Amino acid sequence: MARALNQQVAPLPFGRKLSDWAATFIAASCVVLVLAPLLAIFGYLLYKGFGALNFDFLTKTPAPPGEIGGGMANAIAGSVLILGLASAIGVPVGIGSGIYLSEYGRGSRFGNLIRFTSDVLNGVPSIIIGITAYALVVLTRGHFSALAGGVALGIMMIPTITRTTEEMLLLVPHSLREAAYGLGVSKWRTTVSVTLRTATSGVITGCMLAFARIAGETAPLLFTVFGNTYWNWNLDQPTAALPLQIFSYAISPYDDWHRQAWAGALILIILIVFSVAAVRIAVSRGTLGSVQ
Amino acid sequence: MGVGITVENLNAWFGKHHALHDVSMIADANKCTAIIGPSGCGKSTFIRCLNRMHEVIPEARATGSVRVGEVDIYNGTSAVQVRRRVGMVFQRPNPFPSMTVFDNVAAGLKLNGIAPGKKELEELVERALRGAALWDEVKDTMKKKSGASLSGGQQQRLCIARTMAVEPEVVLMDEPCSALDPISTGKIEELIFQLKEKFTIVIVTHNMQQAARVAEFTGFFLMGRLIEFDRTEKVFTKPSDKRTEDYITGRFG
Amino acid sequence: MSNAALGAPLPSGADEPGKALEVAPAIPKKTDISRAWFGDKSFYAIVVACGTSVLVIVGLILYELISRSDLAWKAFGFKFFVGQDWDPVNDHYGALPFVYGTVVSSLLALLLAVPVSMGVAIFITEMCPRRLKTFLSFMTELLAAIPSVIYGLWAIFVLVPLLRENVEPFLIKTLGWTGLFAGQPFGIGMLAAGIILAIMVVPIISSMAREVMTAVPSAQREAVYALGATRWEMIRMGVLRNARAGIVGGVILGLGRALGETMAVTMVIGNRPEISKLTEALFAPAHTMASVIANEFSEATGDLYLSALIEVGLALFVVTVIVNILAQLLVWSVTRGMPARGNG
Repeated sequence: MARALNQQVAPLPFGRKLSDWAATFIAASCVVLVLAPLLAIFGYLLYKGFGALNFDFLTKTPAPPGEIGGGMANAIAGSVLILGLASAIGVPVGIGSGIYLSEYGRGSRFGNLIRFTSDVLNGVPSIIIGITAYALVVLTRGHFSALAGGVALGIMMIPTITRTTEEMLLLVPHSLREAAYGLGVSKWRTTVSVTLRTATSGVITGCMLAFARIAGETAPLLFTVFGNTYWNWNLDQPTAALPLQIFSYAISPYDDWHRQAWAGALILIILIVFSVAAVRIAVSRGTLGSVQ
Repeated sequence: MGVGITVENLNAWFGKHHALHDVSMIADANKCTAIIGPSGCGKSTFIRCLNRMHEVIPEARATGSVRVGEVDIYNGTSAVQVRRRVGMVFQRPNPFPSMTVFDNVAAGLKLNGIAPGKKELEELVERALRGAALWDEVKDTMKKKSGASLSGGQQQRLCIARTMAVEPEVVLMDEPCSALDPISTGKIEELIFQLKEKFTIVIVTHNMQQAARVAEFTGFFLMGRLIEFDRTEKVFTKPSDKRTEDYITGRFG
Repeated sequence: MSNAALGAPLPSGADEPGKALEVAPAIPKKTDISRAWFGDKSFYAIVVACGTSVLVIVGLILYELISRSDLAWKAFGFKFFVGQDWDPVNDHYGALPFVYGTVVSSLLALLLAVPVSMGVAIFITEMCPRRLKTFLSFMTELLAAIPSVIYGLWAIFVLVPLLRENVEPFLIKTLGWTGLFAGQPFGIGMLAAGIILAIMVVPIISSMAREVMTAVPSAQREAVYALGATRWEMIRMGVLRNARAGIVGGVILGLGRALGETMAVTMVIGNRPEISKLTEALFAPAHTMASVIANEFSEATGDLYLSALIEVGLALFVVTVIVNILAQLLVWSVTRGMPARGNG
C-alpha cells in the first residue's frame, strides 16, 4: 500500500488552478465578444428599421434622388420574383443530384467527383457566380434581366441542397428501401415515395438553408438584375431587388435613403426568418414521424 | 393461391466471396418450408435470391435457375415483377415511419400504381389487416397513428399485412421473429398456419423448434451448401447426414 | 456431400412435392415490366443529369472566366498581377493593389477571428452547461444567417463612426509608438473591413472547430482526466491536440470565405486602388479583388477594362478553390474516423 485512502492528497498547485480559471474566463469573454455585435446588429435593425417603416415604404416605388418619401415595394416584389425563379432552378436540380449521390453514386468515381465538385462550388465567391451569370445570360440576351439574377442565385442554391439532401437520404434506414423492393416496387418509386418521403423534413430544411443563404445575396445581383426604379414583372427586364436597394441606399448621401435602407434590411431579415420558420412549422405539422 | 418454387444449381456471390454453392430444392405450393443452419451459412442469402433481393446489395450476383411457378425469375423478367409475386418479410420490422398504419398497408398497392377505388382500397386494407391478425388492435387508430408507433410485434404483423395486400403468391420470411418477444412470436407462428392457405411460405429461422412447429419441409444449410432437405419430422428425427444430426443435437452452431 | 443437396429430394407422403409446377403461374404482363423499366431508366437519367449539372456549372464558370479574361492576359501577361497601376482612363491595368487588399484584410480578419472562435468553440463544447449549449450554438448560427449587405449597412452607420471617433484616435494615442497605427482616422478602411470580416467568419471557424472537437472520442478526455488534469489541461492535451488538423481546416475555410466576401467589404473598405505605406496600412482605405469587381464591373466600358476585371475574378476563383480544397482535406483527415453514415 503506497498510501492510505484517507491520506490527504497534495492540493493542486495554485498556478494550475489559476490557468484553469483564466481559460474559462477567457473562453466566456470570447462568447460575449461574439454575442455583442449580434445583439448590436439586431438591436439597430429593430430600432432604426421600425422607426423608418411605414405604409408608403411597403407600397410605393422609390422617390427621385434627394426627395423625401417613396418606398421599396417594387424591390420587394423584384426579390420575390428573383428568389422564386432561383428556387425553381436550385431546388429540383439540388434534390436530383442529392438523390443521385445517395442512391446511385455511393462509392462510384463519378459520384465522388460530383460530391467534390459540389463542395468546390459551395466555396466559390458569390461575385464570381455573378460574373458567370452575366456572361451566360446578360451578354447573350443583350441586357440585364431578372432571369440572369435568378440563374445566379439558383446556381448558388444547388450545392447546399445537394449535400443536405444526400445526408438526409442516407439517414433513411436501408431496411425501408428493402421493404418497398420486397413489395415489388420499382427503384424510382421507392426513392420518391419511400426514401425521399421519409426524409422530407430534412430535405426541406436543407432547401430553406439554401434559401436563407441566397435571400440576402447582393453581389451576384449587381450586374445581373441591375436594379430598376419602377415596377417590373417581366423576367427578361432589369428588376429592382431588396438587397440591391439596401446597398445603393446605404452608400447614398441622403438621410432619408439611409432610413429606408434600415427599413429594407429589417424587411429582408423578417423575410428570411419567417420563410424559414414557416416551412419548419408546416413540415413538423404535416408529417407524423420524422426519421428516427 | 400459392405457387411452388423450384431452385436449380443456384450460386451466389458477394464480390469474390462465393456465398452459395449449387443449391437445388423445391418449395411446395401452399406449404411452409423452413431454412435452418448456423449463422453465416447462407440461409438469408438463399432466401433473398428467391425474389432477387440479393442483387440490391452492391457487387452481389447470382446464377442458376429459380422458377416461381413456371417463370424463371432470372431469365426474361424484371426484378420488380418478381418481387410483386414473391413478397418478403424482414428480420427487423420495417414499417414506413412517414406513413400511417393504413397507408403502410396500402403502400404496396399505391406505389405499384394499382389504385383501386376508395371503398375497394379500404376493403383490401381491412382484409390484409385481418389476415395478419392486426385488425382488432388498430382499426380505430389506423388512419391517425404512424406505423412506427406500434409495438415491435404489431409492426411485424403490419409488415406481413403490407406484404399480403399486394397479393403475392409466395411470402418469404427472413427470421421474422428474431427481434420479437415470445408472445409476439407465438402470434406470428399462428399466423403462418393461416397464411399457408393462401401463400407458399419460405421461412428462415435460427430457432429449430420454430422450424419444427411451422414447417412441413426443412432444409439445412452449412457453409453455403444445402446439406439436407426433407420432410421436417424426418430432418429432426432421422437426419440422413451426420452434419445435420450434429447441428440439431446442438453439437455445433 | 449428401445426395439431398444435389438433386431435388422428393420425400414421399401425402403431400407430393413437385405438384408446384402444376399450378398455373401468373405470367407477368409485358407492359408492366416495360413501364417499370422505363420509369427506372428515365428517373436515373434525370438524377444523373442533375448531378452532372454541378460539373457543368463549375466547368462553365471556369470557361467563361478564362475565355473572357483572354484579352487582358494577352495584353499584360503575368505582369498583370505585379503591376501597381489600375488606370481605366489610360486602359492600363495592374492588379497588385487588389491582391494586397484582399490578402491583408483577410489575414487581419483571421488574426481577430481565430482566437475568439476558438474561445467560443471551447466554451460551447467543453465548458458551458448543457442548456446554454443549444442557445449559444443557435446564436452563432444566427450570426451566419445575416446577409452580407446588412453587415455592411451596420458597419457603415455604427462600426465606422465608432472607429473614427473613438477607437482609432485611442489606438493612435496609446499604441502609435509601435508604428502600426499611424495616419488619419478615417473610420472607413482596412481596419473596418478586417473587423467586419472577422465577425462574419467567426461562425464558420467556430462551428467547424466545434465539429472536430466533438469528434474527439470521450475516451481521450477521460484518459487525460484520469491522470489528474484540470479541465483546461484536459482541453489542451485531450481535445485541442487531437482536433488540431480539423481546426486548421476550419480556419482555412474561414479564410476562403473572407477572401471572396464582397458586399460588406465593399461598403467599408474605402475602395482606393493603392498600396499604402506599412505604417498607415490599417487605417488607410484600400480595395479588394472582390470589391473592385463589385464596384466597377457594371461601369466597365472598354473591352480590355472588362477583361481585366474578369481576370481579377479568375484569380479570385482559383485562389478560393485551392483554399477550400485544402480546408476540406484537413477537415476530412479528422472526421474520417467517424461513421460515414452516422448522425455526425
